[in-house]
Amino acid sequence: MSKSPNNILIKDYQFGFSNAEKYFYREKKGLNERVVKSISSHKGEDEYMRDIRLKALQIFFEKKMPSWGGDLSKINFDNITYYIKPQAKKGRTWNEVPKEIKTTFDKLGIPDSEKRFLAGVGAQYESESVYHQLKQEWKDKGIIFEDTDTALKKYPELFKKYFGTVVPMNDNKFAALNTAVWSGGTFLYVPKGVKMNIPLQNYFRINAKNMGQFERTLIIAEEDSSVQYIEGCTAPTYSTDSLHAAVVEIIAHKNSRVRYTTIQNWSSNVYNLVTKRAVAHEGATVEWIDGNLGSKLTMKYPAVYMIGRNAHADILSLAVASKGQHQDAGAKAVHLAPNTTSVITAKSIAANGGKSSYRGLLRIVKRALNSKSKVVCDALILDDQSSSDTWPTMEIKNNQSSVEHEATVSKIGEEQLFYLQSRGLNENEASSLIINGFLSPIVKQLPMEYAVELNRLIELQMEGSIG
Amino acid sequence: MLEIKNLHVSAENNSILKGVSLTVKKGEVHALMGQNGSGKSTLANCIAGHPFYTITKGSISFNKKNINKLAPNERAALGIYLTFQNPPTLPGVKISSYLRTAKNALAEARHESPTELTDYLRELKTTMKFLGLPLKFANRSLNEGFSGGEKKKLEILQALMLKPKLIILDEIDSGLDIDAIKVVAAGVKKLQAQGATIIIITHYQRILNFIAPNYVHILQQGVIAVSGDKSLVERLEKTSFKEVTTTHE
Repeated sequence: MSKSPNNILIKDYQFGFSNAEKYFYREKKGLNERVVKSISSHKGEDEYMRDIRLKALQIFFEKKMPSWGGDLSKINFDNITYYIKPQAKKGRTWNEVPKEIKTTFDKLGIPDSEKRFLAGVGAQYESESVYHQLKQEWKDKGIIFEDTDTALKKYPELFKKYFGTVVPMNDNKFAALNTAVWSGGTFLYVPKGVKMNIPLQNYFRINAKNMGQFERTLIIAEEDSSVQYIEGCTAPTYSTDSLHAAVVEIIAHKNSRVRYTTIQNWSSNVYNLVTKRAVAHEGATVEWIDGNLGSKLTMKYPAVYMIGRNAHADILSLAVASKGQHQDAGAKAVHLAPNTTSVITAKSIAANGGKSSYRGLLRIVKRALNSKSKVVCDALILDDQSSSDTWPTMEIKNNQSSVEHEATVSKIGEEQLFYLQSRGLNENEASSLIINGFLSPIVKQLPMEYAVELNRLIELQMEGSIG
Repeated sequence: MLEIKNLHVSAENNSILKGVSLTVKKGEVHALMGQNGSGKSTLANCIAGHPFYTITKGSISFNKKNINKLAPNERAALGIYLTFQNPPTLPGVKISSYLRTAKNALAEARHESPTELTDYLRELKTTMKFLGLPLKFANRSLNEGFSGGEKKKLEILQALMLKPKLIILDEIDSGLDIDAIKVVAAGVKKLQAQGATIIIITHYQRILNFIAPNYVHILQQGVIAVSGDKSLVERLEKTSFKEVTTTHE
């Protein structure tokens, strides 16, 4: 007879394949000044960036590990490779990308998506971008879409104006680490009034064992512009751990609109410790759609600082924690100006002994009068071995603002399962329907292709469990 | 069609059914009555295969096949359907697409071809109209935010769409006003016309005025204390369960 569905969501991780580790250059394991200088010199950087890196390294060494969130005690910083350059030169067409690497991205469906529905695509393999291309029609409108290293060289003024202004190097230990060893990532600049109605994507792939990937992404949307950017990530399944510590900074100028979507599907040996933050100027809207399906531990709380009147933040956070995984995910909405509004919707699922935590901050300062916020966080627990907790923080400093907060934790009930089964669905179909229903408010917000992909991933996880 | 023999059932080490035997033939209507806690709903849930209950002795057969160990969906594939007293809420599970999934799952289990989408939608529309359910309900989440009466109508809607051979109505009439009972009864009559066999679990005579039972059984402390025809219901209305069961025979 039917049991609790504790066998579902056992990951049949389909991106766990790996290539031989043949690289143009590979830094020795461990982190010190020499490594940082070596990275900087490999990139041909001038003193400006080298000094920033070295300063950040000191901050990284000085800062203590966070004592909250997930268990970080097992990270061995000496056993990580901080920089791998996979090839001598970035490809301008896919044909220029080494065959083995291209095959990887073919398997991940990237060139195909580029043809079908994207305005531009980047692909990062280990530390460096191997491909970055924007369609001509968007280039003509003045959009800059480059890997971040290239942007530093080609657009130094623009770069220096914004780099580190949203996430300063001393923000937290992993932001300092990223600033010290950053490599790759996306630099996206949308000129005034340009509205991109189709998305851009960058895909991040870790291939080597004990690899650290530290991309740095900077998005600048000028007045009245709009842009959608999508980030995807996968890695091979190894028995030893890798580290992904990215920093994403977004500047949304007056009345602009930025949507940043992440489908994080790292293998379950990756620590995913990412700082994502946006500033929203007057009338600007920033939307984070943050889907976390993979990794060993994710600590990620996409933030929007609303610094101008009528700015709006919309954050959707989705986390699925299965066996051996801890998803410590959430959102931060910081209201610093009057009439600002935010909506946070967080949905998490814990199965097979997985742990999901919602960690959120809502801050409305004294002068942010007439602000409004709504926070909804729902957790679904699939079996007795799994757990979920909620850590919401609210600081409301004026009484002319309104705040709504709802939180629910539910278990897939025996009654729900029995009900659907009694109508003809088998146990897996029934669980799958309940999970999809639970996630539907988030999935509805994804671009169609990604919604389909997400549903497929979840169904795949169900399939592996029959029998 | 349904043959229950000496059924003993327990849940969490409490013995609930203590030797129920019941034979239901195709096309018949049986009413199951009795006080709260007498075991009516347990019996209904056991026929549908609720995992909470354990059969310790006896058997349930459907069309001569022992179904004691079948999963609920396997029983559904055979044509058994239970309406829930309190249907659970399923947030985000859209009625129209869920019901099509269920219909296709049943078709697959029965090696039948799935219903074409256009045919399905047409049937759904007609059936909802028949039950007086607004069509926009089809886009809402299953059992979420509906009134008690609407939920009961949704239970009948699903039955009409899934076309069971045996339908067990577990207190379908509880909490319904007379107009809603009429609609539900019309739905049940339609199921009957489609050839369904009916078991009605109820506390009240009202619904039996619309759907006349061939047999009435009164459950008491886990056994069928009395069986009879419709006159048993009339006696019950005048006296009490206790009197009827003690003065019988």
